[in-house]
Amino acid sequence: MRSGGGAVSTAAAESRARFGDPADGPAGADRTGRATGATGDTGTGTGARGTDRTPGGEAWSGTGPAPLAPRARLWPSMGAVYRAQLSRARVARIPLLFVATFQSLGIMVLMRGVVDGGAEARAVVAGSSVLVVAFVALNLLAQYFGQLRASGGLDHYATLPVPAAAVVLGAAGAYASFTVPGVLFTAVVGSVLFALPLGGLWVLVAVIPLAGAALAGLGAALGLLAPRAELATVCGQLGMSAALLLGVLPGGQLPGPVQWVRDLLPSTYGVEALARALQSRPEWPRVALDLGVCAAVGVVSLAVATWAYRRASVR
Amino acid sequence: MGTPTRAAVRTSALVKTYPPGRARRGTPATPEVRATDGVSLTVRRGEVFGLLGPNGAGKSTLVRQLTGLLRPDAGAVEVLGHDVVRHPERAARLLAYLGQESTALDELTVSLAVETTARLRGLAPREARLARDHVLEELELCGIAGRPLRHLSGGQRRLACVATALAGERPLLVLDEPTTGMDPVARRAVWAAVDRRRVDRGTTVVLVTHNVIEAETVLDRVAVLDRGRVIACDTPGGLKALVGGDVRLELVWRERAPVEVPEVAALGADAAVAGRRWTLRLTPEAARDAVATVTAGPAFAALDDFTLATPSLEDVYLALGGRTEGLVKT
Repeated sequence: MRSGGGAVSTAAAESRARFGDPADGPAGADRTGRATGATGDTGTGTGARGTDRTPGGEAWSGTGPAPLAPRARLWPSMGAVYRAQLSRARVARIPLLFVATFQSLGIMVLMRGVVDGGAEARAVVAGSSVLVVAFVALNLLAQYFGQLRASGGLDHYATLPVPAAAVVLGAAGAYASFTVPGVLFTAVVGSVLFALPLGGLWVLVAVIPLAGAALAGLGAALGLLAPRAELATVCGQLGMSAALLLGVLPGGQLPGPVQWVRDLLPSTYGVEALARALQSRPEWPRVALDLGVCAAVGVVSLAVATWAYRRASVR
Repeated sequence: MGTPTRAAVRTSALVKTYPPGRARRGTPATPEVRATDGVSLTVRRGEVFGLLGPNGAGKSTLVRQLTGLLRPDAGAVEVLGHDVVRHPERAARLLAYLGQESTALDELTVSLAVETTARLRGLAPREARLARDHVLEELELCGIAGRPLRHLSGGQRRLACVATALAGERPLLVLDEPTTGMDPVARRAVWAAVDRRRVDRGTTVVLVTHNVIEAETVLDRVAVLDRGRVIACDTPGGLKALVGGDVRLELVWRERAPVEVPEVAALGADAAVAGRRWTLRLTPEAARDAVATVTAGPAFAALDDFTLATPSLEDVYLALGGRTEGLVKT
């Protein structure tokens, strides 16, 4: 410790000598400096200063405010957040992805004994597939942001010149991506189990990102707005339970008020779109309409999540 | 400190009060806390400036206001000529901040944590990789670069967090207890890396610490905080001169102090007693006499250990009326 300290103070003397030497200063950089100590002493002095390196690399003469380093741009920083979040899956998320998928498989096997085919079977397969998205994008993302906020982890991002949208969209995109294997597996196994046509499953290419955006935005907003981390977890769990109950059961047989709740839940439109695509002759305009609702909810919920992130990061 | 220098950071009459906490089941209500109570400080460019004080003195609250994370109730903060109370978003473009928490990075590998942070600090992919390689080598982290932070020991994890703060150039570094939990080798690597930036680029460093040894060895100037107020601000040497030529004598008794010896009883009247440990602040002459007393006869038989030391920043802190608990001396 002592020897390290010695090195520091020697270097301090060097740097002071460098800064204090007027010969180093650029010609005509004559200015008045004022230093105020904590004890209230004030002093005025005139002197030229050595040039400093700015964050951008160009020389700064030292007069006026220091130049600001460039902001991180939206897309590159979103890509960096996405990549970092995706890598977390290897450390922390893989067991939970299995849980999400097995939960959906279990529900389908259970319902196989009750449901014969037709609209009900399509609802079960579509509901179970979108449930994987709800589990990961809504529930786990709400927990992640809730914990990050409670532990002060948001400070890391808040003290980097990164747009709020990059952090929220990068994380939401990564969580939506985590769901891809589980959703594909559930949809294929379910279609085989209930003898449904596999031809319409290509629609998952749109269902996963759009339902993912809507649910991840909701999850992020819940996690960032909940006053405590435990509440964020509870909200995420409730949202997932609602997606489970209201998604797997076919809409037509539910009582009125429950149907309204079902209509308010963004996952419903992903379920409806996928269920229609599993028909032997899908009504593609209706599928597109459902996906349009998902997309609109996604835009709104991600915007709310971005606002919530800004609010949470500066107190 | 010689010639007056431009300010890197200037705060004036900074006030931040945390509202009282409501009582919940199991936790009693907490009173209103004035965490920053009229702090006026100037950090000069190119210096390593320390904020020293025990836990709860308001050090972290103060740096959070410098970094734009926390809005003060009153007062001004100027960082490199920018008003960060009015424009908190500018702070991220002027300084690098190392907070006490690493939860945002815990599940990333050391290498990716540093690279991602450099990218988010605005570096292009290639520059970010170069900055990563450079800082990992500088802090001797290459051996654990592929391991996630959460699988590292506390000191290694802290070192990885320091690496993220140093990736990408900034004229001001704000480091909140950067060396917590580190071994001496890692600490030396951190101070060498910080100092290299100062010598090469004139980087200013604001450092939060509650370690008095660290404060004495690495800081150019130090502000001593207690209960949200700056109670002194000077060079470590200047502060130590405040307590004059007094020395500190610490006595540890085997079982109990032999107060039946009159000289020992007289010492006891002036000592700060903590269990079997007595701490005395004495002139060198009085200390010599006291040592002679306790190293002879029945007093020596009862003595377990004693140390005689010149004043440290801890003594300064106590002399200024600060509370002693919470300062680290290793």
